[in-house]
Amino acid sequence: MINRMGMQKAGFVLLGATTLVVVIPILLVIGYIIYEGMEALSWQFIRAAPFDGMKQGGIFPAIVGTLLLTLGTALVAIPIGVGGTVYLAEYARDTWLTRCIRLAIINLAGIPSIVYGLFGLGMFVLFLKMGTSIMAGALTLAIMTLPVIISTAEEALRAVPTEFRTVSASLGGTRWQGIRYIILPQALPGIITGIILGLLRAAGETAPILFTVAAFFLPHLPQSPFDQTMALPYHLYVISTQVPGMPDSIKYGTALVLLALVLSMNIAASIIRSYFRRRRQW
Amino acid sequence: MSEPMEKIRVENLNFYYGDKPALEGISVPIQERQITALIGPSGCGKSTFLRCLNRMNDTIRGTRVEGHVLLDGVDIYARGTNVVDLRKRVGMVFQRPNPFPQTILDNVSFGPRMLGLAKNRKDVADIVEESLRGAALWDEVKDILKKDALSLSLGQQQRLCIARAIAVKPEVILMDEPCSALDPIATLQIEELMQSLRKDYTIVIVTHNMQQAARASNYTGFFWMGKLVEFAPTEAIFTRPSQRLTEEYVTGRAG
Repeated sequence: MINRMGMQKAGFVLLGATTLVVVIPILLVIGYIIYEGMEALSWQFIRAAPFDGMKQGGIFPAIVGTLLLTLGTALVAIPIGVGGTVYLAEYARDTWLTRCIRLAIINLAGIPSIVYGLFGLGMFVLFLKMGTSIMAGALTLAIMTLPVIISTAEEALRAVPTEFRTVSASLGGTRWQGIRYIILPQALPGIITGIILGLLRAAGETAPILFTVAAFFLPHLPQSPFDQTMALPYHLYVISTQVPGMPDSIKYGTALVLLALVLSMNIAASIIRSYFRRRRQW
Repeated sequence: MSEPMEKIRVENLNFYYGDKPALEGISVPIQERQITALIGPSGCGKSTFLRCLNRMNDTIRGTRVEGHVLLDGVDIYARGTNVVDLRKRVGMVFQRPNPFPQTILDNVSFGPRMLGLAKNRKDVADIVEESLRGAALWDEVKDILKKDALSLSLGQQQRLCIARAIAVKPEVILMDEPCSALDPIATLQIEELMQSLRKDYTIVIVTHNMQQAARASNYTGFFWMGKLVEFAPTEAIFTRPSQRLTEEYVTGRAG
């Protein structure tokens, strides 16, 4: 007969196994990329521009391009995302209009990234005549990132107890003062999480930059926001599918750099977050 | 000793949640630098009444107020009243101790920082010490100002909330059952604190605890089903109430 302790053990093993199933593929992917990519990694690979049909040299322009695109995305998406979220969560009343806006935001988060790419092509590249440029690419990525930032940040603001708003009002604070001095500081770790999640997605996406900014081969660095640039995800796509005879080590090396970039951003974010979280508990 | 001045005068106040009246025809004088206790059974409207005095009910949608509340002779429900300034003058302490999850220092300095009352670090330090002394908490926390406020006992947390409230230098302090989450010793400490606060502030306290009203207040108002049944000096309410309902309630036969 299976007694309660037996069931408890079985449950423990079963649930532990599902966790393993989640973790193992991640470790395999990371391990495999490191194993295959380490060979290509060198100072030259990171610092040099590609040449000889991209089979030689490094991926420096693509690294810079991805960093610039992420920075541009951050510059646009953070102020608009956080501002919009504060309005939605703290000021806007619950009407059918705000409900529609929320629904739209949730749906926007689910739109395939290639659709954002086509929108960016139509809107920024062609209609606003920005051409294929960092500007157009960053704006496209920002629009794709906004729903992620807004929904996560709104969650964070709503998690701050209503009581804190009441207390700051009872002390003679305006609604904005309450937001500025207690609500935002309390919600900051959650908001930062949302920002990082969104930016990480932007940094790793290929489809939105396909038509809006990415250059197939551009060995020099961009000089202005209206220049094209190479970018890591697109470069990886190109060398994996468009260039015959590309050595595997370069592909995996590029993947490894992209992975390292994204992971280090993630870690940096966790450190910032835990710094702000240290002072908070409810 | 001269007759105390009237700090707040409530005239014929009606309050509605939607169409449902919660307060009907309340008129009452609140004396300056005195403690006024409001007693009555749950749901009688005493907390609602308290929140009319600093317009905290404004934040609840679908509520409506009629009548007048005069603070120093000026109607706080008059058109053009600056509600934010009003709440700085009429502070509030809540039922459950609710310090922010920050340091003791940050809690007390919160209001002055938010309202820009302190110009520099020294101002902040002065206000914090003065407020904590005022709330009879200074000696217990002066060496741990950088510690998390939530590490204090509940009674200390409530005194911290009082310090946070007086840090913006209000004229009136509204207390909404401030001791209901506290043990008897912490409750007594708050009551003693109220006596010392009375020198500087007008206090209105809602309480479930009739002994507390009897011990700690100068005036008592008895609410019953949205109406103010009786308002008199506390001693009179508890020894020779003029209304039969009041007598039944304070002796425990009604309510």
